[in-house]
Amino acid sequence: MRVRPFSASGIHFNTFLLRIDTMQKTVLNEEHRRRGARMVDFGGWEMPLHYGSQIEEHHAVRGDAGMFDVSHMCAVDVRGSDARAFLRRLLANNVDRLQLPGKALYSTMLNEAGGVIDDLIVYHLAENDFRVVINAATAANDLRWMTARRDEWGLAVTISARREGEGALAMIAVQGPQARQKVGQVLPECQPACAGLKPFFAASVGEHLIARTGYTGEDGYEITLPAAQAVSLWNRLADAGAQPCGLGARDTLRLEAGMNLYGQDMDESVSPLDAGLAWTVDLAAPRDFVGKTALLARPQRYGFLGLLLIDRGVLRAHQQVESAHGAGEITSGSFSPTLQRAIALARLPLAAAVGDIVQVRVREKLLAARVVKPCFVRNGSILV
Amino acid sequence: MNIPTDLKYTRSHEWVRLEADGTISVGITDHAQELLGDLVFIELPEPGRELAAEQEAAVVESVKAAADVYAPLAGTVIEGNEALANAPELVNQDAYAAWLFRMRPAAVGDLDNLLDAAAYQEIVAAA
Repeated sequence: MRVRPFSASGIHFNTFLLRIDTMQKTVLNEEHRRRGARMVDFGGWEMPLHYGSQIEEHHAVRGDAGMFDVSHMCAVDVRGSDARAFLRRLLANNVDRLQLPGKALYSTMLNEAGGVIDDLIVYHLAENDFRVVINAATAANDLRWMTARRDEWGLAVTISARREGEGALAMIAVQGPQARQKVGQVLPECQPACAGLKPFFAASVGEHLIARTGYTGEDGYEITLPAAQAVSLWNRLADAGAQPCGLGARDTLRLEAGMNLYGQDMDESVSPLDAGLAWTVDLAAPRDFVGKTALLARPQRYGFLGLLLIDRGVLRAHQQVESAHGAGEITSGSFSPTLQRAIALARLPLAAAVGDIVQVRVREKLLAARVVKPCFVRNGSILV
Repeated sequence: MNIPTDLKYTRSHEWVRLEADGTISVGITDHAQELLGDLVFIELPEPGRELAAEQEAAVVESVKAAADVYAPLAGTVIEGNEALANAPELVNQDAYAAWLFRMRPAAVGDLDNLLDAAAYQEIVAAA
């Protein structure tokens, strides 16, 4: 038996070649090992792939509550009198949509050519005080880019990564229909602030930032807290019945929810308009932002849609798609534990439409798949 | 690590059982299923297919990865284990009960070229 090279899922996962000694570790690393996690290299970080069964962890999130260590992601504080002006020019989405304290916004950060440097969430903590959460593998490059733009534009902004050293933060995502109830049980002091928290809002309670955001298509929180307190919170959540989940389940959950993964569904060579992210790019406002000129000069060239495999098999990234309108390519694919069949996100010709039947080349065969909207499951319900 | 001593093994993590009628059953080892994780799809060889040693014979896919399964020695496929088509998780539950396919070897003596449990154990330990 030999594992096929394409199956290593994009550039991030490397399940079978461990580089334990050179990898970075989160503060929860020992906890993951103690709970029997299979550890893998994810963007240079040693992270849990699963704790026994990726599929059981997936179902726990859809049906009850699961929790993920996402401390490999990097929280960055962007502060100062020019913080808003800086982010307004840095990000493709419009930070002026953040007026209420605690509001969160998903955005891409583009290069001058309109390619995606990273995708991120920016939280509006207070006026002149924003928290940006960026991906693990891209963090160093992002920080260089952000600092260079700040200096180039001469803005009064401090940019502080909060992943290491003094003031280091950890992040735990608790997701699923019972997630908020379990967090309320474990952190009763946060209940008053969280009870009325709307989706895509965050509340600061003491040293915790509790955000009603996530990457699974389920309700829940992403909790940022001082790294030194993370093990205690993790274990109390486990005692409350939150299932520890690895990055394997995180990937199938986000795929079912139709959410993009950086490095797989888009990267610096891909326009956000071709990765299904036009809704996150604000071209209407008169503001200028990095990449805007390039996006205006090069409108959307591809559709970004879901595929539901009709034949038996498993869809994977980089498989070629043949449609009546031309060729396409799968950017993310897997077996969906909720649908019990293979699903994928795919870059398709602009004319391809929901309901089309296309052929996917899987090894030497052509398998039939139906084009669907790229959101397969939301809040426990199948949408396709 | 579960490595039964009554089976033969390949370096590529297949197990081989010599049956009383001179045919062989082939599956993937417990170590292999653990590496792959939850299996969700298995593509079996067609009966009658002639295979060379180390030729691709079957495909096993987990949520995260796809892997080729090789013929441990030359021969003819007798049957694939159709019970696995709708229940690939049987391989995760008991890798040595869930055979993938049966073959009639071109030469039974070729079995001597395969690894015994102790030799396979060393390969797993070194991985």
